[in-house]
Amino acid sequence: MTADMHELALAEGVIQTAAKIAEEQSISEITEVIIQVGELQQVDHEVLRFALERLRTPTMRNARFTIESIPGRLKCRICGEEWNFNPESLSEETSEAIHFVPEVAHAYISCPGCGSPDFHVLEGRGVLLASIRGVKRDE
Amino acid sequence: MEKIGKIIAVSSGKGGVGKSVVASALALGLRDRGHRVGLLDLDFTSPASHVILGVEGLYPEEEYGIISPLAHGLRYMSITYYSLDKPTPLRGSDVSDAIIEILAITRWEELDYLIIDMPPGIGDATLDMIRLVEGIQFLLVTTPSKVAYETVRKQIGLLRRLEITIIGVLENMVMKPSNYVREQLAMNKVCHLGEVGFDPGLEDALGNVVKFTETDFYSNVDGIIARL
Ligand SMILES: Nc1ncnc2c1ncn2[C@@H]1O[C@H](COP(=O)(O)OP(=O)(O)OP(=O)(O)O)[C@@H](O)[C@H]1O
Ligand SMILES: [Mg+2]
Ligand SMILES: [Zn+2]
Repeated sequence: MTADMHELALAEGVIQTAAKIAEEQSISEITEVIIQVGELQQVDHEVLRFALERLRTPTMRNARFTIESIPGRLKCRICGEEWNFNPESLSEETSEAIHFVPEVAHAYISCPGCGSPDFHVLEGRGVLLASIRGVKRDE
Repeated sequence: MEKIGKIIAVSSGKGGVGKSVVASALALGLRDRGHRVGLLDLDFTSPASHVILGVEGLYPEEEYGIISPLAHGLRYMSITYYSLDKPTPLRGSDVSDAIIEILAITRWEELDYLIIDMPPGIGDATLDMIRLVEGIQFLLVTTPSKVAYETVRKQIGLLRRLEITIIGVLENMVMKPSNYVREQLAMNKVCHLGEVGFDPGLEDALGNVVKFTETDFYSNVDGIIARL
Protein backbone atom coordinates (compact mmCIF):
# COMPACT_ATOMS: atom_id res chain seq x y z
CA MET A 1 0.00 0.00 0.00
CA THR A 2 2.92 2.34 -0.32
CA ALA A 3 2.79 2.51 -4.09
CA ASP A 4 0.83 5.70 -4.34
CA MET A 5 1.50 8.11 -1.55
CA HIS A 6 -0.12 11.01 -3.33
CA GLU A 7 -3.33 9.72 -1.76
CA LEU A 8 -1.78 10.11 1.67
CA ALA A 9 -1.28 13.81 1.02
CA LEU A 10 -4.90 14.12 -0.14
CA ALA A 11 -6.11 12.21 2.93
CA GLU A 12 -4.16 14.52 5.16
CA GLY A 13 -5.99 17.49 3.62
CA VAL A 14 -9.36 15.81 4.25
CA ILE A 15 -8.54 14.96 7.85
CA GLN A 16 -7.24 18.44 8.60
CA THR A 17 -10.30 20.09 7.10
CA ALA A 18 -12.66 17.74 8.94
CA ALA A 19 -10.88 18.41 12.23
CA LYS A 20 -11.03 22.15 11.62
CA ILE A 21 -14.75 22.11 10.85
CA ALA A 22 -15.44 19.98 13.93
CA GLU A 23 -13.51 22.48 16.01
CA GLU A 24 -15.35 25.47 14.53
CA GLN A 25 -18.77 23.86 14.96
CA SER A 26 -18.08 22.54 18.47
CA ILE A 27 -18.47 18.94 17.35
CA SER A 28 -17.03 16.63 19.98
CA GLU A 29 -17.41 13.42 18.04
CA ILE A 30 -17.47 12.98 14.29
CA THR A 31 -19.61 10.03 13.21
CA GLU A 32 -19.29 10.25 9.46
CA VAL A 33 -17.05 11.97 6.92
CA ILE A 34 -18.32 12.07 3.36
CA ILE A 35 -15.61 12.48 0.76
CA GLN A 36 -16.21 13.07 -2.92
CA VAL A 37 -13.48 11.88 -5.21
CA GLY A 38 -13.39 13.23 -8.73
CA GLU A 39 -12.65 10.64 -11.40
CA LEU A 40 -10.44 13.04 -13.32
CA GLN A 41 -7.67 12.60 -10.79
CA GLN A 42 -8.17 8.84 -10.57
CA VAL A 43 -7.50 8.65 -6.91
CA ASP A 44 -7.25 5.08 -5.65
CA HIS A 45 -10.15 4.72 -3.22
CA GLU A 46 -8.60 1.85 -1.33
CA VAL A 47 -5.34 3.67 -0.81
CA LEU A 48 -7.25 6.80 0.20
CA ARG A 49 -9.31 4.84 2.72
CA PHE A 50 -6.19 3.21 4.10
CA ALA A 51 -4.59 6.62 4.51
CA LEU A 52 -7.70 8.08 6.17
CA GLU A 53 -7.79 5.19 8.64
CA ARG A 54 -4.21 5.81 9.56
CA LEU A 55 -4.67 9.52 10.04
CA ARG A 56 -7.90 9.60 12.06
CA THR A 57 -7.81 11.90 15.04
CA PRO A 58 -9.41 11.18 18.46
CA THR A 59 -12.49 13.26 17.49
CA MET A 60 -13.12 10.89 14.60
CA ARG A 61 -12.17 7.72 16.43
CA ASN A 62 -15.37 5.92 15.44
CA ALA A 63 -16.21 7.88 12.31
CA ARG A 64 -17.23 6.18 9.10
CA PHE A 65 -15.46 7.35 5.97
CA THR A 66 -17.84 7.35 3.03
CA ILE A 67 -16.09 7.77 -0.29
CA GLU A 68 -18.23 8.76 -3.27
CA SER A 69 -17.06 8.81 -6.82
CA ILE A 70 -17.88 11.84 -8.99
CA PRO A 71 -17.51 11.27 -12.75
CA GLY A 72 -15.29 13.72 -14.56
CA ARG A 73 -17.68 15.92 -16.52
CA LEU A 74 -16.18 18.15 -19.20
CA LYS A 75 -17.75 20.94 -21.24
CA CYS A 76 -16.42 22.56 -24.38
CA ARG A 77 -16.28 26.35 -24.33
CA ILE A 78 -16.45 26.53 -28.11
CA CYS A 79 -19.38 24.31 -29.14
CA GLY A 80 -20.95 23.58 -25.76
CA GLU A 81 -20.60 19.80 -25.98
CA GLU A 82 -20.59 18.00 -22.64
CA TRP A 83 -18.96 14.63 -22.12
CA ASN A 84 -17.63 12.28 -19.48
CA PHE A 85 -13.94 11.85 -18.84
CA ASN A 86 -12.99 8.33 -19.82
CA PRO A 87 -9.79 7.15 -18.17
CA GLU A 88 -9.81 3.93 -20.21
CA SER A 89 -9.14 5.89 -23.38
CA LEU A 90 -5.80 7.15 -22.07
CA SER A 91 -2.37 5.59 -21.84
CA GLU A 92 -0.95 4.85 -18.42
CA GLU A 93 1.53 7.73 -18.66
CA THR A 94 -1.20 10.18 -19.59
CA SER A 95 -3.46 8.97 -16.79
CA GLU A 96 -0.64 9.39 -14.32
CA ALA A 97 0.12 12.90 -15.56
CA ILE A 98 -3.53 13.89 -15.12
CA HIS A 99 -3.55 12.21 -11.72
CA PHE A 100 -0.83 14.57 -10.52
CA VAL A 101 -1.79 17.75 -12.36
CA PRO A 102 -5.36 17.46 -13.69
CA GLU A 103 -4.94 20.59 -15.82
CA VAL A 104 -2.55 18.79 -18.16
CA ALA A 105 -5.72 17.08 -19.41
CA HIS A 106 -5.77 20.08 -21.76
CA ALA A 107 -2.65 18.68 -23.41
CA TYR A 108 -4.18 15.28 -24.07
CA ILE A 109 -7.95 15.61 -24.33
CA SER A 110 -10.01 17.58 -26.82
CA CYS A 111 -13.71 18.07 -27.39
CA PRO A 112 -15.35 15.06 -29.11
CA GLY A 113 -17.64 17.51 -30.90
CA CYS A 114 -15.26 20.05 -32.40
CA GLY A 115 -11.75 19.01 -31.39
CA SER A 116 -11.01 22.06 -29.25
CA PRO A 117 -8.87 21.76 -26.10
CA ASP A 118 -10.71 24.79 -24.71
CA PHE A 119 -12.96 22.90 -22.31
CA HIS A 120 -13.59 23.22 -18.63
CA VAL A 121 -14.15 20.70 -15.90
CA LEU A 122 -17.73 20.94 -14.67
CA GLU A 123 -17.15 18.42 -11.89
CA GLY A 124 -14.98 15.54 -10.90
CA ARG A 125 -11.68 17.25 -10.21
CA GLY A 126 -9.84 16.64 -6.98
CA VAL A 127 -10.89 15.34 -3.61
CA LEU A 128 -13.59 17.17 -1.77
CA LEU A 129 -14.74 16.94 1.81
CA ALA A 130 -18.49 17.00 1.10
CA SER A 131 -19.80 16.93 4.67
CA ILE A 132 -19.26 15.66 8.16
CA ARG A 133 -21.77 14.36 10.66
CA GLY A 134 -21.24 14.43 14.36
CA VAL A 135 -22.35 15.08 17.88
CA LYS A 136 -22.20 18.60 19.27
CA ARG A 137 -20.42 19.33 22.45
CA ASP A 138 -22.73 20.20 25.41
CA GLU A 139 -22.57 23.91 25.96
CA MET B 1 7.80 24.85 1.51
CA GLU B 2 8.69 25.38 5.18
CA LYS B 3 12.13 23.93 4.61
CA ILE B 4 13.13 26.57 2.09
CA GLY B 5 15.32 29.49 3.09
CA LYS B 6 14.55 32.13 0.49
CA ILE B 7 11.95 32.03 -2.25
CA ILE B 8 12.74 34.34 -5.16
CA ALA B 9 10.32 34.95 -8.04
CA VAL B 10 12.10 36.13 -11.19
CA SER B 11 9.39 38.20 -12.76
CA SER B 12 8.52 41.06 -15.08
CA GLY B 13 5.48 42.94 -16.22
CA LYS B 14 6.80 42.33 -19.72
CA GLY B 15 7.30 39.15 -21.72
CA GLY B 16 10.48 38.17 -23.46
CA VAL B 17 12.83 40.30 -21.38
CA GLY B 18 14.95 37.37 -20.19
CA LYS B 19 13.24 36.10 -17.03
CA SER B 20 13.87 32.46 -17.86
CA VAL B 21 17.54 32.85 -18.74
CA VAL B 22 18.09 35.05 -15.67
CA ALA B 23 16.26 32.58 -13.40
CA SER B 24 18.35 29.71 -14.78
CA ALA B 25 21.61 31.63 -14.36
CA LEU B 26 20.64 32.73 -10.87
CA ALA B 27 19.87 29.15 -9.83
CA LEU B 28 23.16 27.84 -11.24
CA GLY B 29 25.14 30.73 -9.75
CA LEU B 30 23.75 30.07 -6.28
CA ARG B 31 24.40 26.34 -6.73
CA ASP B 32 28.03 27.11 -7.54
CA ARG B 33 28.29 29.04 -4.30
CA GLY B 34 27.50 25.83 -2.44
CA HIS B 35 23.83 26.53 -1.79
CA ARG B 36 21.05 23.99 -2.12
CA VAL B 37 18.86 25.39 -4.85
CA GLY B 38 15.53 24.58 -6.44
CA LEU B 39 14.16 25.93 -9.71
CA LEU B 40 10.44 25.97 -10.39
CA ASP B 41 9.19 26.81 -13.88
CA LEU B 42 5.81 28.38 -13.28
CA ASP B 43 5.18 29.39 -16.86
CA PHE B 44 2.67 26.60 -17.48
CA THR B 45 1.51 27.67 -20.92
CA SER B 46 4.99 28.49 -22.28
CA PRO B 47 7.59 26.68 -20.19
CA ALA B 48 11.13 27.33 -21.39
CA SER B 49 13.65 26.65 -18.64
CA HIS B 50 13.91 22.96 -19.61
CA VAL B 51 15.15 24.11 -23.02
CA ILE B 52 17.66 26.56 -21.53
CA LEU B 53 19.03 23.94 -19.14
CA GLY B 54 18.72 21.04 -21.55
CA VAL B 55 16.61 18.95 -19.17
CA GLU B 56 15.40 15.77 -20.83
CA GLY B 57 14.21 12.36 -19.76
CA LEU B 58 13.64 13.26 -16.11
CA TYR B 59 10.52 12.21 -14.25
CA PRO B 60 9.67 12.93 -10.61
CA GLU B 61 9.68 10.04 -8.22
CA GLU B 62 6.52 9.54 -6.28
CA GLU B 63 6.73 9.38 -2.54
CA TYR B 64 4.19 11.10 -0.37
CA GLY B 65 3.67 13.63 -3.12
CA ILE B 66 6.43 13.88 -5.67
CA ILE B 67 10.11 14.53 -5.21
CA SER B 68 11.50 17.22 -7.47
CA PRO B 69 14.23 15.54 -9.55
CA LEU B 70 17.82 16.73 -9.58
CA ALA B 71 18.92 18.41 -12.80
CA HIS B 72 22.46 19.75 -12.87
CA GLY B 73 22.44 19.80 -9.08
CA LEU B 74 19.19 21.78 -8.93
CA ARG B 75 15.90 20.48 -7.56
CA TYR B 76 14.02 21.13 -10.75
CA MET B 77 10.27 21.20 -11.27
CA SER B 78 8.37 21.89 -14.46
CA ILE B 79 4.94 21.07 -15.82
CA THR B 80 6.70 19.56 -18.84
CA TYR B 81 7.26 16.37 -16.80
CA TYR B 82 3.53 15.85 -17.26
CA SER B 83 2.62 17.74 -20.42
CA LEU B 84 5.67 16.42 -22.30
CA ASP B 85 6.07 18.32 -25.56
CA LYS B 86 2.34 18.93 -25.99
CA PRO B 87 0.77 22.40 -25.92
CA THR B 88 -1.09 23.10 -22.66
CA PRO B 89 -3.64 25.82 -23.38
CA LEU B 90 -4.88 26.93 -19.96
CA ARG B 91 -7.25 29.63 -18.89
CA GLY B 92 -6.65 31.66 -15.76
CA SER B 93 -8.59 29.51 -13.32
CA ASP B 94 -6.87 26.40 -14.68
CA VAL B 95 -3.50 28.07 -14.24
CA SER B 96 -4.41 28.78 -10.62
CA ASP B 97 -5.56 25.23 -10.00
CA ALA B 98 -2.40 23.82 -11.57
CA ILE B 99 -0.22 26.13 -9.47
CA ILE B 100 -1.97 25.03 -6.28
CA GLU B 101 -1.63 21.38 -7.31
CA ILE B 102 2.08 21.67 -8.11
CA LEU B 103 2.80 23.54 -4.88
CA ALA B 104 0.82 20.97 -2.90
CA ILE B 105 2.39 17.84 -4.33
CA THR B 106 6.02 18.88 -4.82
CA ARG B 107 8.50 17.99 -2.12
CA TRP B 108 11.58 20.18 -2.29
CA GLU B 109 13.59 18.72 0.56
CA GLU B 110 15.73 21.27 2.35
CA LEU B 111 16.70 24.20 0.19
CA ASP B 112 18.56 27.43 0.76
CA TYR B 113 16.90 29.01 -2.27
CA LEU B 114 13.95 28.32 -4.49
CA ILE B 115 14.07 30.31 -7.72
CA ILE B 116 10.80 30.68 -9.60
CA ASP B 117 10.75 31.35 -13.32
CA MET B 118 7.51 33.33 -13.60
CA PRO B 119 5.30 33.86 -16.63
CA PRO B 120 5.14 37.49 -17.80
CA GLY B 121 2.75 40.02 -16.31
CA ILE B 122 0.92 40.51 -13.07
CA GLY B 123 -1.89 38.04 -13.68
CA ASP B 124 -2.76 34.67 -12.20
CA ALA B 125 0.68 33.28 -11.40
CA THR B 126 1.88 36.49 -9.73
CA LEU B 127 -1.29 36.92 -7.70
CA ASP B 128 -1.33 33.26 -6.69
CA MET B 129 2.28 33.22 -5.58
CA ILE B 130 1.74 36.34 -3.50
CA ARG B 131 -1.36 34.78 -1.99
CA LEU B 132 0.09 31.33 -1.35
CA VAL B 133 3.78 31.75 -0.62
CA GLU B 134 4.59 33.57 2.54
CA GLY B 135 7.78 35.59 2.44
CA ILE B 136 8.17 35.43 -1.33
CA GLN B 137 10.54 38.05 -2.75
CA PHE B 138 10.61 39.44 -6.27
CA LEU B 139 13.58 39.98 -8.52
CA LEU B 140 12.35 41.97 -11.50
CA VAL B 141 13.76 41.97 -15.00
CA THR B 142 13.40 44.74 -17.55
CA THR B 143 15.11 45.82 -20.73
CA PRO B 144 16.31 49.42 -21.25
CA SER B 145 13.14 50.08 -23.24
CA LYS B 146 10.46 52.45 -21.96
CA VAL B 147 7.93 49.92 -23.16
CA ALA B 148 9.30 47.22 -20.87
CA TYR B 149 9.97 49.54 -17.95
CA GLU B 150 6.43 50.91 -18.02
CA THR B 151 5.06 47.45 -17.19
CA VAL B 152 7.72 46.93 -14.52
CA ARG B 153 6.87 50.31 -13.00
CA LYS B 154 3.28 49.13 -12.55
CA GLN B 155 4.46 45.84 -11.13
CA ILE B 156 6.59 47.71 -8.60
CA GLY B 157 3.49 49.71 -7.65
CA LEU B 158 1.50 46.53 -7.10
CA LEU B 159 4.20 44.77 -5.07
CA ARG B 160 4.69 47.89 -2.95
CA ARG B 161 1.02 48.12 -2.22
CA LEU B 162 0.98 44.49 -1.13
CA GLU B 163 4.15 45.00 0.94
CA ILE B 164 6.07 42.33 -0.95
CA THR B 165 9.86 42.56 -0.88
CA ILE B 166 11.43 43.69 -4.16
CA ILE B 167 15.06 42.60 -4.24
CA GLY B 168 15.66 44.92 -7.17
CA VAL B 169 15.51 45.25 -10.93
CA LEU B 170 17.97 43.68 -13.34
CA GLU B 171 18.35 45.55 -16.63
CA ASN B 172 18.83 42.98 -19.37
CA MET B 173 19.75 43.08 -23.06
CA VAL B 174 21.52 46.41 -22.78
CA MET B 175 22.91 47.43 -26.17
CA LYS B 176 23.89 51.06 -25.70
CA PRO B 177 24.52 53.37 -22.75
CA SER B 178 21.33 54.74 -21.20
CA ASN B 179 20.41 56.01 -17.79
CA TYR B 180 16.68 55.82 -18.23
CA VAL B 181 15.93 52.73 -16.11
CA ARG B 182 18.50 53.66 -13.48
CA GLU B 183 16.97 57.11 -13.03
CA GLN B 184 13.42 55.83 -12.94
CA LEU B 185 14.33 53.26 -10.29
CA ALA B 186 16.15 55.87 -8.23
CA MET B 187 13.00 57.98 -8.29
CA ASN B 188 10.99 54.98 -7.15
CA LYS B 189 13.62 54.04 -4.55
CA VAL B 190 14.05 50.55 -5.98
CA CYS B 191 17.49 48.96 -6.22
CA HIS B 192 19.02 48.78 -9.71
CA LEU B 193 20.80 45.44 -9.50
CA GLY B 194 22.94 45.97 -12.56
CA GLU B 195 23.06 45.75 -16.32
CA VAL B 196 23.43 42.65 -18.43
CA GLY B 197 24.53 43.28 -21.98
CA PHE B 198 22.98 41.72 -25.06
CA ASP B 199 25.09 38.62 -25.67
CA PRO B 200 25.11 37.36 -29.28
CA GLY B 201 26.78 34.16 -28.04
CA LEU B 202 23.94 33.20 -25.71
CA GLU B 203 21.74 31.46 -28.26
CA ASP B 204 24.32 28.85 -29.19
CA ALA B 205 24.85 27.98 -25.54
CA LEU B 206 21.20 27.29 -24.73
CA GLY B 207 20.50 23.67 -23.91
CA ASN B 208 24.02 22.99 -22.68
CA VAL B 209 24.61 24.00 -19.08
CA VAL B 210 28.38 23.98 -19.33
CA LYS B 211 28.34 26.26 -22.36
CA PHE B 212 25.66 28.40 -20.72
CA THR B 213 27.86 29.04 -17.70
CA GLU B 214 30.69 30.07 -20.02
CA THR B 215 28.74 32.88 -21.72
CA ASP B 216 29.24 36.59 -21.15
CA PHE B 217 25.58 36.67 -20.20
CA TYR B 218 26.19 34.19 -17.38
CA SER B 219 29.25 35.95 -15.99
CA ASN B 220 27.30 39.22 -16.06
CA VAL B 221 24.43 37.72 -14.06
CA ASP B 222 26.92 35.99 -11.79
CA GLY B 223 28.56 39.33 -11.04
CA ILE B 224 25.17 40.65 -9.98
CA ILE B 225 24.57 37.62 -7.73
CA ALA B 226 27.92 38.26 -6.07
CA ARG B 227 26.70 41.72 -5.08
CA LEU B 228 23.30 40.58 -3.77
N1 LIG C 1 21.24 39.36 -22.46
C1 LIG C 1 20.80 38.64 -23.49
N2 LIG C 1 21.55 38.53 -24.62
C2 LIG C 1 21.10 37.81 -25.67
N3 LIG C 1 19.95 37.14 -25.70
C3 LIG C 1 19.18 37.21 -24.60
C4 LIG C 1 19.55 37.94 -23.45
N4 LIG C 1 18.59 37.81 -22.53
C5 LIG C 1 17.65 37.03 -23.08
N5 LIG C 1 18.00 36.65 -24.32
C6 LIG C 1 17.23 35.81 -25.25
O1 LIG C 1 15.94 36.39 -25.39
C7 LIG C 1 14.95 35.38 -25.50
C8 LIG C 1 13.91 35.59 -24.40
O2 LIG C 1 14.50 35.24 -23.16
P1 LIG C 1 13.65 34.49 -22.06
O3 LIG C 1 12.92 33.36 -22.66
O4 LIG C 1 14.53 34.23 -20.92
O5 LIG C 1 12.62 35.66 -21.73
P2 LIG C 1 11.36 35.59 -20.77
O6 LIG C 1 11.24 36.91 -20.13
O7 LIG C 1 11.47 34.42 -19.89
O8 LIG C 1 10.18 35.37 -21.82
P3 LIG C 1 8.66 34.97 -21.44
O9 LIG C 1 8.00 36.24 -21.04
O10 LIG C 1 8.10 34.41 -22.70
O11 LIG C 1 8.72 33.98 -20.33
C9 LIG C 1 15.66 34.06 -25.40
O12 LIG C 1 15.90 33.57 -26.68
C10 LIG C 1 16.96 34.41 -24.70
O13 LIG C 1 17.99 33.52 -25.03
MG1 LIG D 1 10.13 32.78 -19.57
ZN1 LIG E 1 -16.34 21.60 -28.91
